[in-house]
Amino acid sequence: MLQKLYDWVDERVDITPLWRDIADHEVPEHVNPAHHFSAFVYCFGGLTFFVTVIQILSGMFLTMYYVPDIENAWRSVYYLQTEVAHGQIVRGMHHWGASVVIVMLFLHTLRVFFQGAYKKPRELNWMVGVLLFFIMLGLGLTGYLLPWDNKAYFATQVTLEIAEKVPFIGEATKTLLAGDPNIVGAQTLTRFFAIHVFFLPAALFALMAVHFILIRKQGISGPL
Amino acid sequence: MSEKRQQVSRRQFLNYTLTGVGGFMAAGMLAPMVRFAIDPALQASSTGEFKAVEDVENITEEPTRVDWEIDQVDAWYESTVTKTAWVYKDENGDIVALSPICKHLGCMVTWAGNDDYPDQFYCPCHDGRYYKSGENVPNTPPPEGLDYYEYKIEDGTLLLGPTKPRGEA
Repeated sequence: MLQKLYDWVDERVDITPLWRDIADHEVPEHVNPAHHFSAFVYCFGGLTFFVTVIQILSGMFLTMYYVPDIENAWRSVYYLQTEVAHGQIVRGMHHWGASVVIVMLFLHTLRVFFQGAYKKPRELNWMVGVLLFFIMLGLGLTGYLLPWDNKAYFATQVTLEIAEKVPFIGEATKTLLAGDPNIVGAQTLTRFFAIHVFFLPAALFALMAVHFILIRKQGISGPL
Repeated sequence: MSEKRQQVSRRQFLNYTLTGVGGFMAAGMLAPMVRFAIDPALQASSTGEFKAVEDVENITEEPTRVDWEIDQVDAWYESTVTKTAWVYKDENGDIVALSPICKHLGCMVTWAGNDDYPDQFYCPCHDGRYYKSGENVPNTPPPEGLDYYEYKIEDGTLLLGPTKPRGEA
C-alpha cells in the first residue's frame, strides 16, 4: 500500500534522487562509534538537532494554550500544566530541553574546537555555528520571560539592565527590547513572545540549513 | 514453498530494528504532545447547572423574555455570561422555555419581532420565523424548530438548565 503510493508519486515526480541525496551517504569509519567507541563525540551535533526538533514540536503544542498577555500568561501556563492532560510533560520537555540543547550545543562546539575541525576550508561553517549558538542563547533568554512568574520577570529585568550598559546605544537597545523605556510589562512580553516564536526560529531554520548544506558539501573533517 | 529457509539479510534486520526503535522513540515523543493537543475534545463537558430565573406565577401565556447569569469557566478565564430564554405557559399550563438562538445561522429571535407576524418568533437576519410552539414556519430559512431549555420547578420558582435540540425532546 505504502509502496504503491510511493511508486505513484515517484513515477510522476521522481522523488527518489531527492531523498537519496539527503539520506544515502557513507559514514566514514573514524566517525562511526561501532568502529571506534570514542567516535561518540561526533554525535553531539546530531543530538543538538534532535533536541531542537523536540523544542520546536513541544513549543508548537504549548502555543495552543499559552497567551502572551500579562493578565493571562501565568494563568494559562498554570492551567495547561495542571488541568490539561500531559501538560506537565509537554511543558517539562520544553523546559528541560531548553537546557539540554545548550549543553549539547556546547559539547558539539568543544568537539569541533579541540579536533580543529573548524580549520580551512570549514571556517565559514564555524562562523555559522557561532551564530546558531547566539540564536539558541537568544531563544533561551526570550523564552525565560514567557511564563511571566517572578523568576521570569526579574531575570528579564537583569537582562535589560545589562543591555542598557552597552555604550551609546544601551538605552535605545533596552527600549527596543522592552518596548518601553521604563516599564517591563505588556509590551515586553509580546515582544519577547514574537521574537521567541517567529523571528529567532526563522533565523534558526535558515542558518541550520546553511550549516547542514555546508557539512554535506565539504564533508566531515578527516581523522585526527 | 521451497526448502530454503527464509533468510533475513543483515540489511533487512538492521532496517527493521532501526525503524522499530526510531518509531518507538518518535511515538514516545509525540504521544504526550498529541494527547495534550486533543485534551479539549476529551474533557468531560460540564453538566449544565440549573439556575433560578423567574417565579412561575409571573409566567403568562404570552412568551416573555427572561435573562439570567451563569458563571462560566473558560480554561483560565472566568466570567459571568448572560443567558436568555423565551418563556410561557402552553394551553395545558405547562412551562415552555425556548432558546432564542435561530436554527438557521444563530442570530437572536424575538417574539413578535416583526409587526407583520405578531404571534410568531422572528429572526431579523434572514426573516426566519417560528410559531409560538417554537416550530419553524415552513418556507422560511430555519431548518428546524427552536431548542428547548430543560427546566425544573422548585418552590414556585422556574429553574432553567442546558438546552436540548427539538429532535431529542
